[in-house]
Amino acid sequence: MSEGQKPRLAVFKFASCDGCQLTLLDCEDDLLAIAGAVEIAYFVEARRRMLDGPYDVTLVEGSITTDEEVERIKEVRRQSRFLISIGACATAGGIQALRNWADVSEYTQLVYATPDFISTLAESRPISDYVPVDFELRGCPINKGQLIELITALLIGRQPRVPAHSVCLDCKRQGTVCIMVAQGIPCLGPATQSGCGALCPAYNRGCYGCFGPAETLNPASLGQQLITLGWKEADVSRAFRSFNGYAPAFREASEQFEK
Amino acid sequence: MTPHIPPLNAHVVIDKPALQTLFDALQTAGYTLIGPTIREEAIVYDEIGRIEELPIGWTDEQGPGHYRLHERGDGRYFAYVVGPHSWKKYLYPARLTLFRTRRQDKSFTVETGEEPPPKYAFIGARGCELAAIAVQDRVFLEGPIQAATYKARREHAFLLAVNCTEPGETCFCVSMNSGPRCESGFDLALTELDDVFLLQVGSQIGAEMLAGSGWRPAGAFELSHARRLLAEAETQMGRTLETRDLPNLLYDNLDHPRWDEVAERCLSCMNCTMVCPTCFCADITDVSDLSGENTARVRVWDSCFNPDFSYVHGGNLRPSIRARYRQWLTHKLASWIDQFGTSGCVGCGRCITWCPVGIDLTEEVAAIRGEG
Repeated sequence: MSEGQKPRLAVFKFASCDGCQLTLLDCEDDLLAIAGAVEIAYFVEARRRMLDGPYDVTLVEGSITTDEEVERIKEVRRQSRFLISIGACATAGGIQALRNWADVSEYTQLVYATPDFISTLAESRPISDYVPVDFELRGCPINKGQLIELITALLIGRQPRVPAHSVCLDCKRQGTVCIMVAQGIPCLGPATQSGCGALCPAYNRGCYGCFGPAETLNPASLGQQLITLGWKEADVSRAFRSFNGYAPAFREASEQFEK
Repeated sequence: MTPHIPPLNAHVVIDKPALQTLFDALQTAGYTLIGPTIREEAIVYDEIGRIEELPIGWTDEQGPGHYRLHERGDGRYFAYVVGPHSWKKYLYPARLTLFRTRRQDKSFTVETGEEPPPKYAFIGARGCELAAIAVQDRVFLEGPIQAATYKARREHAFLLAVNCTEPGETCFCVSMNSGPRCESGFDLALTELDDVFLLQVGSQIGAEMLAGSGWRPAGAFELSHARRLLAEAETQMGRTLETRDLPNLLYDNLDHPRWDEVAERCLSCMNCTMVCPTCFCADITDVSDLSGENTARVRVWDSCFNPDFSYVHGGNLRPSIRARYRQWLTHKLASWIDQFGTSGCVGCGRCITWCPVGIDLTEEVAAIRGEG
């Protein structure tokens, strides 16, 4: 970061629900420390003042779904030193990437009274498909602790510690009993990247895959086991095709079990 | 009046409810009791205080990738085998802050800040688990450097061991020579009979804890009954692992096609290494606050199946699942012996039960041996 003055932080939104930006506001006590450590130059959800770039750190939420967004993300990239995409939409295309397997004009006909007003791309794609991204923070929504860790690492000038291993390691470290083995509950944890703190299994629910594919995964073998536990192939396909369905490893898995 | 305590190595019997007097004595002596209790549909190890918290009348049905609790309809206290937790959860915690640093002007201070080590009494450790603790003792205490945090916990631990009379479907302690009888390394070793507990006194402190239990010397019938139960248990192992020349078998078969087959099934999810009572790999990480003024060095459980674990400058040493599974199995069963003079496997079967897809190391070894 530049000496002397506070680094300038910007937050931009594309096609998304705002939940990831809200995570920044949810930082509570740490939010004050963050606000003290950086200059919040552009964050429409948090303050009316909107300063022009360039920015030192830009957090980008949402996926690219329109021509206008394609141009806007290029401009955001030009104005940003570090560009970090946050959340499943920005890093994988989000739940709206379900359109990528369908005919989007059919959707607009069904949903909108005047579909002619809708101008949209055929696919919802992650930020990194359009501009170079310096770091991706996964999750639907992102995890507060990981966001603070990332900002801390950027301020100090070290690598952020954002592990790419499976959710299982977190379950085991916190002593959560495996719900798949002990209760036969289908769970995407063995294929999903850590980040949430293994929340769902601790509440007797299978992992939904909110943080996308782990660095190493074996969806073919996991999918077979989910079928052994009672799911149909279509269930496996649907499970992989959710918030992170268009992330390459989940996309392939969902297509493999779709047949 | 001197308390009425049994001599060392004596075999005594107590009424089953009198186990509470032992719990009470341990608590009075300052121990935190950790024992089996039912939580999240499994028998886990957690803090307990009363015998009612034990899984009385329950048992565990186990198989590859499968674990279910069942009510037995009797009043047995210890009629289950081992669950998802092991004692390493307490002796070698999953997350431990080693020290903290605080920046002051141009220097920094270091606070080790470990509170007085917890004093645990482990209730219900099985033969395989005593063997696992002995393996970790080799790793952490008998090498050139002693692990201080492990030593502090281990030295104070009281072990109430339990002989296994009903082995489970994934058990193979007989193959690994670690059970079902608890041979050493305990303060008291318990065998559950129909109406009473038979206890072998393994230490002076074990004897002292029995002072208020109303113990009496074991009779010939009780001793022979226990011997018979344990002899039967030895014949009831759900699994076997042929250990003959095992290191060389694995070293000579590093390119066996079976590694490719197991890699097709393995999820690289790390569950086997986490539930293993001897796996000890860890990561050391520095956690700093936003200002960078305060930093903590934290040790967390890690795994050879974690891609980050084998990442070094320039790339990953073991980029494939095949390479990771082979590393784990050959270390556990072969190079562990070269390294520590003992196998890393105690035959508890946890890695078989808690593998989400039920990979069975005894089956993998048999296949490599050509007996699959």
